[in-house]
Amino acid sequence: MIATAEIHRDDQASKLGMWLFLFTEMLLFGGLFIVYSVYRYRNADAFHLASEELSVLIGTINTIILLISSATIAMSVTAIRKKDKKVALMLLGATTILGIIFLVNKYFEWGEHITEHIYPGSSVLSLRGQGDVLFYGLYYFMTGLHALHIIIGLVFIGFVTVFISKDRINSGKFVMLENCGLYWHLVDMIWIFLFPLFYLIT
Amino acid sequence: MSTQTISIEPSYLDHQGKYRGIFAWIFSTDHKRIGMLYLFSILTLFATGATLGLLMKFELIAPGKTIMEAQTYNAFFTLHGIIMIFTVVIPGLPAVFGNFLLPIMIGAKDVAFPKLNLLSWYFYVTGVTLVIISQFTGQGPPDTGWTFYAPYSFRTAGNMLPAVFGAFVLGFSSVLTGLNFLVTIHRMRAPGMTWLKMPLFPWTLYATGWVQLLATPIIGITLLLVAAERVLNIGFFDPTLGGDPILYQHLFWTYSHPAVYIMILPAMGAISEIISTFSHKPVFGYKFMVASALAIAFVGYFVWGHHMFTSGMSGTALYTFSLLTFLVAIPSAIKVFNWIATMHKGSIDLQTPFYWAMGFVFVFMIGGFSGLVLGSLTTNVHLHNTHFVLAHFHFIVFGGTGFAFFGAMHYWYPKITGRMYDTRWANIGLLLFFTGFIGLYGPMFYLGAMGMPRRYFDYDAIFHGGNILSSMGSWVLYSGAAIIIINLFASLKTGIKAPANPWGGKTLEWTIPSPPPVENFLEQPVITGKPYDYK
Repeated sequence: MIATAEIHRDDQASKLGMWLFLFTEMLLFGGLFIVYSVYRYRNADAFHLASEELSVLIGTINTIILLISSATIAMSVTAIRKKDKKVALMLLGATTILGIIFLVNKYFEWGEHITEHIYPGSSVLSLRGQGDVLFYGLYYFMTGLHALHIIIGLVFIGFVTVFISKDRINSGKFVMLENCGLYWHLVDMIWIFLFPLFYLIT
Repeated sequence: MSTQTISIEPSYLDHQGKYRGIFAWIFSTDHKRIGMLYLFSILTLFATGATLGLLMKFELIAPGKTIMEAQTYNAFFTLHGIIMIFTVVIPGLPAVFGNFLLPIMIGAKDVAFPKLNLLSWYFYVTGVTLVIISQFTGQGPPDTGWTFYAPYSFRTAGNMLPAVFGAFVLGFSSVLTGLNFLVTIHRMRAPGMTWLKMPLFPWTLYATGWVQLLATPIIGITLLLVAAERVLNIGFFDPTLGGDPILYQHLFWTYSHPAVYIMILPAMGAISEIISTFSHKPVFGYKFMVASALAIAFVGYFVWGHHMFTSGMSGTALYTFSLLTFLVAIPSAIKVFNWIATMHKGSIDLQTPFYWAMGFVFVFMIGGFSGLVLGSLTTNVHLHNTHFVLAHFHFIVFGGTGFAFFGAMHYWYPKITGRMYDTRWANIGLLLFFTGFIGLYGPMFYLGAMGMPRRYFDYDAIFHGGNILSSMGSWVLYSGAAIIIINLFASLKTGIKAPANPWGGKTLEWTIPSPPPVENFLEQPVITGKPYDYK
């Protein structure tokens, strides 16, 4: 309705807005990191034993996948700057595929635990003791919320891809792609914390 | 200047956009129209919450069952709390007056992200809808109180999921509004408006924005965990599964104490504007006012433990939280001193908004001092969960934010609507409102100190006298509020046309016509002097 809102463009404001939004995302996970530290402190032994059951191999592969996907999306920003639309689209495609592979790995990882009847509320899990209940509760909740963020990120990338192919994002106007990259890096960064907390510290 | 511009540019009320009728409002990205959308939603919800409160006070007029069952009472105080906290006082001043006035007061055409602003209102309406759904579906309405304390919140048969999710969505709306304001203030101030030339209302919105942004996600995740607890038995707050209900309280108050500052900071900003305008004097100690707003926002993060003195914490934690609670009173006191000093030797114009500001300072001081009583460890043990807490809380939140909200409404009404209201009825309403307020909440201090607990629908006969007084106060307060709101609505038709600057204010909103044109300013204002430039 206000024409000026369209004409008035402030890329720095958009990026500032995105950074502030990322703060809120960090605090959202921050609450969970507090819950994790409290229960890890209280159930050190159970957490130690339970985390050895997670597959470090899949975790490592997923970490590498996300790191590469962060690189590809960052490169696509450079490609757009250099007016190379085709390469930018290819790199975004690669990011999308890597994100999907991450989710597929996650699906198999979760699936394996669920076939062993290890999920919140299962009687097998509750027989194993409170430390295990809390560990797996945190595991499912935190990686689940993270996976939800991957899905949101993929949808975001999907929109950006369409906009690039329609030239609504171009070498003169690419702040949305940059913001999308920022969001994807955050998702990546949260995983960088989740990976050692669940898989490596034993 | 103002009379010439009216004919050139239609006001935001007359502007014809792409849509007609109600769609011209609910699809509008104009910050002024969005502010009005919030105003009408909030007034509706305020009336609902106040009616629930009135009925609860009627139940408490005599011991035993008067008009409702205990379970109904539980549902009433839960809904009253959810509505008043999450949908009225938290968005109250920022979303209504912040939206309408922040861009104008800093000389901008709109907020930084107008579409996101409208989206925030949609989130708000969605949240409210979810809360309403929780009342009429499932096995009965929620009955936990607005605090959703674990483990009861996932054991009760009440329909918690939509209520909890509604509060989550309302939080989203609050975060996005705060984010929008922060970026607006950083990027869109008029040329020449350096940080220390910004008026105090935008300054308090800036401090509020940070609190909204950095505190709300914590309750977001906490509410998601309660939902997960109910649906998945995840066990984080369930003692039978190894979880810790006290941890829930910590997470809840980590947000919900700073939330009190989301409510009170913009109220303080609005009061500063009103007192300066009607004293025709610059705000005394402007820099201290700015610093104390930021200090309140900052220290406010570290005092949440004072809600949990009796829940079980280490001695060190108790002392620390108590000390920090006393510290947060200092910047609030600085503000009160500076308001009084602003009036000193001013040429005071006794208008309705100024009376509201006086009422604010009075009830805010009572609320603040009773807060110190609760912040001391020993007295807290005696007063915890009694009517004393209820009285303190309502003096701050209803007395603070509520008085500032109505004060702001009377102060900016000519600017927003382009009409003047009937001063006589406004003052009669205020007098009833104030008398009823003291009558309703004053006796609660006494009742609480005598030991009457909160959230009970029944009480011992020794508390009868105080409760009769309190219930009668609620009738006076309710009729006062009704007169005020009816008067403001009636004046939309009958009020005389308002000039651009009816009160002689010095901030930017008074330099443009009433009601403001769509684009706010026809020429980009350039700021040269300090705000509140009276001489």
